[in-house]
Amino acid sequence: MNPAMNSALNSGMAPVATPWFFYVLAALAVASGLAVITRRNAVHSALALIVTLLSVAGLYLMLYAPFVAGVQIIVYAGGIMVLFLFVIMLVNIERSSKERQFNRMWPVGLAAACALMALFVSAIAKGNKLLFPDRGITLPEGSNTQEIANMLYGEAGKMGQYTFAFEIASLLLLVAILGAVIMTKKKI
Amino acid sequence: MVPITTLHYLVVAAALFVLGVIGVLTRRNVVIVLMSIELILNAVNLNLVAFSRMWGNLHGQVFAIFVTVDAAAEAAVGLGILIAFFRNKETVNVDEIDLLKW
Repeated sequence: MNPAMNSALNSGMAPVATPWFFYVLAALAVASGLAVITRRNAVHSALALIVTLLSVAGLYLMLYAPFVAGVQIIVYAGGIMVLFLFVIMLVNIERSSKERQFNRMWPVGLAAACALMALFVSAIAKGNKLLFPDRGITLPEGSNTQEIANMLYGEAGKMGQYTFAFEIASLLLLVAILGAVIMTKKKI
Repeated sequence: MVPITTLHYLVVAAALFVLGVIGVLTRRNVVIVLMSIELILNAVNLNLVAFSRMWGNLHGQVFAIFVTVDAAAEAAVGLGILIAFFRNKETVNVDEIDLLKW
């Protein structure tokens, strides 16, 4: 990022999104994330997860990543969550919502998660200014999708930095499709 | 009001990650365990995009897209396994899935 763009951003082009947006979206994401893991009915969990995904997409927009936000909404909230809802309809939710919701080892799991949270808190507190300096860099918003496309597909006839990884990812999706189809067949 | 820095996003992502871990480790319903994994992957994506902003390049966003691809593949295969298992044992509880236990 050249310094001219930085100073231009600092002088006049202040972003529209205020800190309030961040706090509202973050609170929404964490609250509905909590709802995902506590609801008894799996459909309610799925709907709460959609709210989380949409608020994380809003956070991506605040980070000047409009393409990732669009992918998040279309692929996650539109595709994966429909898949989840279909499967919830196929399996028997009536019975499982009346059963015990947490497994017998839940205190151990909760303790492990608390230990993980303590690790995160200490890491973030220790590396506060050292590891994560606030550099105030703002990515150019207009060309975001084009820049990502150049990295994925390459530009001017040359292979991009991630073209090979992109092909591998498409192969992974093919394998996943085959796996899902074969897994759900009655007789192989 | 303090401006929003990378650190703020890291705190939100850490909270989402821990919620996902709690869901994976404590819930019995496989569908909700899979949803908790999506929560974890989203926390990682948020970190990647926040660091992409911090360093001023797009590598983090490209990685976030690859993580999304992985999440889609994982959800498809995981739910396929779930349906195959439900057809055999009529349950979706993780502690009743012990066919491979010797």
